[in-house]
Amino acid sequence: MNENIIEVSGLTKRFGDLVAVNDVAFTVTAGEIFAFLGPNGAGKSTTIKMLTTLLLPTKGKILIDGHDPVSDQDAVRRSFGIVFQDPSLDDELTAYENMEFHAILYKVSPAQRAKKIEGLMKFVELWDRKDGLVKTFSGGMKRRLEIARGLLHDPRIFFLDEPTLGLDPQTRNHIWSYLNDLSKKDGVTVFFTTHYMEEAEKIAARVAIIDHGRIVACDSPAGLKSKTKTSTLEEAFLNLTGHEIRDEEATGADRMRQHRQMWARR
Amino acid sequence: MTTIYILWLRQLKRFFRSRSRVLGSVAQPLLFLIALGFGFGPIYQRAGRGNFMEFLAPGIISMTILFSSVFNGIEIIWDRQFGFLKETLVAPVSRMGIMLGRTAGGATVSLLQALLVFVLSMAVGFRPASWGNLPLALVFMVLIAVLFTAMGTAIASLLEDFQGFQVIMNFLVQPLFFLSGALFPLEGLPKALGIVARVDLLSYGVDGLRATLAGISYFGLGTDLVVLMLASLVVLAVGSYLFSKIQI
Repeated sequence: MNENIIEVSGLTKRFGDLVAVNDVAFTVTAGEIFAFLGPNGAGKSTTIKMLTTLLLPTKGKILIDGHDPVSDQDAVRRSFGIVFQDPSLDDELTAYENMEFHAILYKVSPAQRAKKIEGLMKFVELWDRKDGLVKTFSGGMKRRLEIARGLLHDPRIFFLDEPTLGLDPQTRNHIWSYLNDLSKKDGVTVFFTTHYMEEAEKIAARVAIIDHGRIVACDSPAGLKSKTKTSTLEEAFLNLTGHEIRDEEATGADRMRQHRQMWARR
Repeated sequence: MTTIYILWLRQLKRFFRSRSRVLGSVAQPLLFLIALGFGFGPIYQRAGRGNFMEFLAPGIISMTILFSSVFNGIEIIWDRQFGFLKETLVAPVSRMGIMLGRTAGGATVSLLQALLVFVLSMAVGFRPASWGNLPLALVFMVLIAVLFTAMGTAIASLLEDFQGFQVIMNFLVQPLFFLSGALFPLEGLPKALGIVARVDLLSYGVDGLRATLAGISYFGLGTDLVVLMLASLVVLAVGSYLFSKIQI
């Protein structure tokens, strides 16, 4: 159980003059639930993108399940599943078709395909809606379907970027209980970001806090609380990262997100 | 191979499921056919050039493919930020396969729309000069579709968001169409316009389609075919390269 499934050292990402991630180092143990927290613009998403081969680091070393995301992309890609911050399902396809697409893309053998899809869709309680078009699904259903999809190829690591954003407490509880099951029963490593501190406190074995591109603390929730002499993780977080509000400059993605919301309302 | 196939299939499913998209894509060509075809028909006839609908229909079919293809290609901007493409970008498959599958899907959708416009053009009076040339006409439609879908993908790989989209439509796609000879004969044009039409890759698509469907050619069938095939290969290669460099 003490094997490090994620190892990061000296990780740096520059966009021009901006240093988004600055000499970051941490490790994640196989099978643990690891929360990656930080204010807006701290470098969370940039780090996840580098871990998941979507972005090349400027400097530093990453090992995901023993593979380097720069030189051995496909091995890394096979080893993790991911739920993105923005939905990445095809709305015009049915839930089942989305699952099937993923299975084919990840070369899940045809013999196992149907059984696995059924099992996972039951796990997230969507099996009775398998033939519904995804565009008719609520936000919570979409997120559950994405969780099922991300697990289809038996990843050893599961990345989730703000998986409970915008969901009601019922759905959030459901999602955390799925993730807890995964870690406890199947030994899947869960790596997630969130802005809900109480969720991180409840579920994560260890927490890393990143701010201004640097890791400012990495410990268990209890350890962080005792170090900062606070009683909740939220207080510890504010203690470590300060109270000022971060103004992030809108990126292309943010502008498009606004567009998308406009479109969705029509 | 399976990557290409599944991406292609996905795009076809999407097309067949959205009827409004099908209708929207043929409304404009139909309007052009009716307004321009019947509007300029009598003048064209009086100028001693024969049937204008025969001349115009291949141009409008080319237009349909151009607009639909570039749009299908550029849609990737959307898809890669929020949609489904992001899911394919973290999958253990080659970027080349994703780009080719996406292009094949987009091109097939454009081709289906083109065939629909072809049928509609027959409803308003167009008749191909020879049915035997239809397979060759299809080849031209496929080439135009592949060329411009790949071009859309290549452009999309360079753009960060939709801000640039309108610029592309106004400064690239519209000129490509209006200066291609889709609407007017290339003979006897002012010199500058003639040169522009020769640089415009769509001109060769329009000309090839017109040669096979209406028996009228300006550049010659061989030239059309060679230019389009070379251009498709180059743009596909450039598009694949740019696409493989995408970081999110």
